[in-house]
Amino acid sequence: MSQFHFSIRTPAKGVRGLGSAKSGTEHFWRQRVTAVAMVPLALAFVAIVICASTRDYESARALIANPFVAILLLLFVVTGAVHGKLGVQIVIEDYIHHEGLKVAAVIANILFTVVVAVAAVFAVLKISFGV
Amino acid sequence: MAEFRLPKNSRVQSGKVWPAPQGATRTTLFNIYRYDPDTGNNPRIDSYHVDRDDCGPMVLDALIWIKNNVDATLTFRRSCREGICGSCAMNISGSNTLACTRGINEVEKNGIVNIYPLPHMPVVKDLVPDLTRFYAQHASVEPWLHTVTPAPEKEWRQSHEDRQKLDGLYECILCACCSTSCPSYWWNGDRYLGPAALLQAYRWLIDSRDESTGDRLDDLEDPFRLYRCHTIMNCANACPKGLNPAKAIAEIKQMMVARQV
Repeated sequence: MSQFHFSIRTPAKGVRGLGSAKSGTEHFWRQRVTAVAMVPLALAFVAIVICASTRDYESARALIANPFVAILLLLFVVTGAVHGKLGVQIVIEDYIHHEGLKVAAVIANILFTVVVAVAAVFAVLKISFGV
Repeated sequence: MAEFRLPKNSRVQSGKVWPAPQGATRTTLFNIYRYDPDTGNNPRIDSYHVDRDDCGPMVLDALIWIKNNVDATLTFRRSCREGICGSCAMNISGSNTLACTRGINEVEKNGIVNIYPLPHMPVVKDLVPDLTRFYAQHASVEPWLHTVTPAPEKEWRQSHEDRQKLDGLYECILCACCSTSCPSYWWNGDRYLGPAALLQAYRWLIDSRDESTGDRLDDLEDPFRLYRCHTIMNCANACPKGLNPAKAIAEIKQMMVARQV
């Protein structure tokens, strides 16, 4: 702030900056669509977890192996991962102002999301296909 | 990271408590932020007892009373004293508002009123913030009519219905109460345009006579310029003119989606 205060650069130079990124709406829209999708998917996930928790191990596996249940779980994991990645990126951009640290955090966020999502998808598929 | 503590030289210290006026029966204590860049000292809070029977009803009246009767060095901006110039915007008892349209009785708590400059802006002196960047952001949305059609002989015509769409937008007086109340603007004010500039951007986006709607949207299509708004709504709470910048920003986002979906 203070470097702006007594800068010999014009205010317009700072405000115009690098220009418009010509993107952002895609991020905004995806976040809204995944949020809407998460409403029924989150309810389904909770219901599945409750059902599975009241059974023994084998019948819990059988429940998850059911194609409808497995598809719901996969949709929940993928939608949740995408939604989470988008949301955390916003938080990073809001609060981390060191340029290098910000880029590192954005990359880490993407990699973390992919690892968690792939692991969860793999787990569901493994149970589902019974290998 | 976002700074949650003021830099060392900006931390506020306690200041001078001026004596209560002689013979006053009804007084209110004003704790006011003081900062003089020429001294190199940290900012401080000075306290003034204002004789309410000798002073007008508004917070600005009290500031003028202090300047005339107690401490002539107290520095603040004021001009119209009727809420149309936007000069006397400041943080009064925790809310950004205009000192001239806010009654002392509305903000007084246990006989005390706390006054600070608009938050998170560089301070020129006392209650005077540096709004240079704020004005540059307003200018960057090019708040004037853009047309490709040659100008008509007389005025650009507009239907009554289309004119009504500008109500709640054109009344902005650029006091900066909204932008400086917005946490997103505090953390990213260098890249986020802020509620005031975006309200004016929308005022020209929906003007039926303006022919640059697409270009205007192109300029705003940016993760920081527009999409730092997280609908916190402090802007709408703060606006002393009762406008709703958050709604205008939501409308801009809707226009962005509308041209893609």
